[in-house]
Amino acid sequence: MTTESLQPRAGARSGTPWDTSTPSRRRFRPSLRLRAGRQHHAGPVAYVLLGLATVFSLFPLYFTVVAASSDNTRVTQTPPPFLPGPNLFDNLGKAWQDAALGKAMMNSLIVASAIALSTVLFATLAGFALAKLRFKGRNIALMLVIGTMMVPPQLGVVPLFMMMTELGWGQQLPAVIFPTLVSAVGVFFMRQYLSEALPDELIEAGRVDGAHSLRIFWSIVLPIARPPMAVLFMITFVHAWNDFFWPFIVLDMSNPTVPVALTQLSAGYVRDQSLIMAGALLGTLPLLAMFIVFGRQIVGGIMQGAVKG
Amino acid sequence: MVTSGSVPHADGTQNIPAGAVKAPGVSGDGDRPRQGRRNLLHRLDIKGAPYAFIAPFFIVFAAFGFYPLLYTFWISLHHVELASMNLMEWRGFGNYTELWQDDRFWNALSNTFTIGVLSTVPQLLMALGLAHLLNYRLRGSTFFRVAALTPYATSVGAAALVFTMLFERDFGLINWMLSLVGIDNVDWENNKWAAQSAISVIVIWRWTGYNALLYLAAMQAIPRDRYEAAAIDGASRWQQFTKVTVPGIRSTILFTIVLSTIGATQLFGEPLIFGQGPNGVTGGADNQYQTLGLLLYEEGWKNYQMGRAATVAWAMFLLLILIFALQRVLKRFTSRKS
Repeated sequence: MTTESLQPRAGARSGTPWDTSTPSRRRFRPSLRLRAGRQHHAGPVAYVLLGLATVFSLFPLYFTVVAASSDNTRVTQTPPPFLPGPNLFDNLGKAWQDAALGKAMMNSLIVASAIALSTVLFATLAGFALAKLRFKGRNIALMLVIGTMMVPPQLGVVPLFMMMTELGWGQQLPAVIFPTLVSAVGVFFMRQYLSEALPDELIEAGRVDGAHSLRIFWSIVLPIARPPMAVLFMITFVHAWNDFFWPFIVLDMSNPTVPVALTQLSAGYVRDQSLIMAGALLGTLPLLAMFIVFGRQIVGGIMQGAVKG
Repeated sequence: MVTSGSVPHADGTQNIPAGAVKAPGVSGDGDRPRQGRRNLLHRLDIKGAPYAFIAPFFIVFAAFGFYPLLYTFWISLHHVELASMNLMEWRGFGNYTELWQDDRFWNALSNTFTIGVLSTVPQLLMALGLAHLLNYRLRGSTFFRVAALTPYATSVGAAALVFTMLFERDFGLINWMLSLVGIDNVDWENNKWAAQSAISVIVIWRWTGYNALLYLAAMQAIPRDRYEAAAIDGASRWQQFTKVTVPGIRSTILFTIVLSTIGATQLFGEPLIFGQGPNGVTGGADNQYQTLGLLLYEEGWKNYQMGRAATVAWAMFLLLILIFALQRVLKRFTSRKS
């Protein structure tokens, strides 16, 4: 009943062309036709407003660095400091130990990589089948996929918790990994890409050569799907790294992921603000690094696929 | 009927199996039994592979998404404690009547609603404006886009920690700035509306850029001639924005409303961390910013009442259904009007 609200989105997407000419290096590149749409030059007012928006976006992160590099007295003075202080590495080291961030980082890396890998693999498989293979119930299957997007996974935490306890996975990483091995949005994303980017003739040619479906998937689909797979991987990684509710419930401080470990920093009785910020900075650093390197691709992926995992 | 719009390729692929079934016959040159087995395998592959490919998604979803959702309802009909989860004592709808009479539930519901409105409305309006700006021909457009999306890469934990500090009553940056214009010592944690606004700011900060990029993508798909036609008709820039741009991205706007609404009903991490420790789970000393998500957690993992936690979860689910039913009615109503 709720799936209908997604339909316009599919329609809206069909106006966004996938750039299939150079699949191996596909970035966000609007086609010429689109580039021509709505192209007033930005005036000074627009730049000022954009500058303000950028400050709004980046200042909290900058302030995290400022606070993380100060000591507690400097952070808590009035007016607050606006320039970084001298204590950055001291604080990072202390926060690393206090919040057991080393272990948390490792856990988050394992969890996010496993989830992103399996999401990409299964999403590509299912997306391929839904886009290009004919079978009974395909439309229903696609409808179900879209429908599942509307069900927030948080609602099932009580039985999930019981299930994990029974399986002996309480406080263990598999408890966090398994429920998120697939993503409906990922499936939909890959389906949209493949139905436009994968020519039917290629599959047909593969069939004529006697290739079975898995072989076609491996040799024809995967090479073409590599760019959106990379984008889906990164976006899923970000979501998995930042996921909070379920890991917070099922893990504890002896074996946390980064977001869970960060709550430890703020829950102490004596709150050292600079240490809290140092921990927050450490926990965000890997993703920020990814954004600095691949920001352009992630932006392109979100614009093309509206991915939210 | 729902998918009819999103499966435009159903017809385009129709001739694949036909050609594929023919293929072995055409090129087959082995002896007959072998060919028969091959044919069988091939038919199996054609018929079975699609199901095998979609199976992982559906199996995992069934096990960890659908089954827990249904089982939540079953648990909500029982008295279950965290320490003895195997002992389930039938209560019928007892948990529900109890929840209905519980002030904390209505308080959490109303908080979820007000924080939802406070965070979603400004977020989407700002995203619309930002997308409009990003849609100009710009120097450094990639920089502005990536910068706008950076908060999205920040985890709830880190974001909430920074904002908690910025909103600190005694030494926070925001109170210092407010004191410059004569507003003193806003108690962002204990004052109900201040706390809910501060939490909304965290949500707005994290998601505005993301929504702006969705709008931007949709805006770029609007054909240019619509603007030209509007310009010829003498429409001002503002009229072009309201008469061409906004209707042109209507479906994306609806989509973001749906996403933000789901997000708003599930709000948990921001208020939890904003409350710092013991106050987090209860949403402040007077539950002034306790959301339904926090109430669920409090019932289940602080009060050890899993049955009641499941009841809250199911109530959240019903709430979502209600919201979407309402949205559909509204949609039908507005489309009939226009």
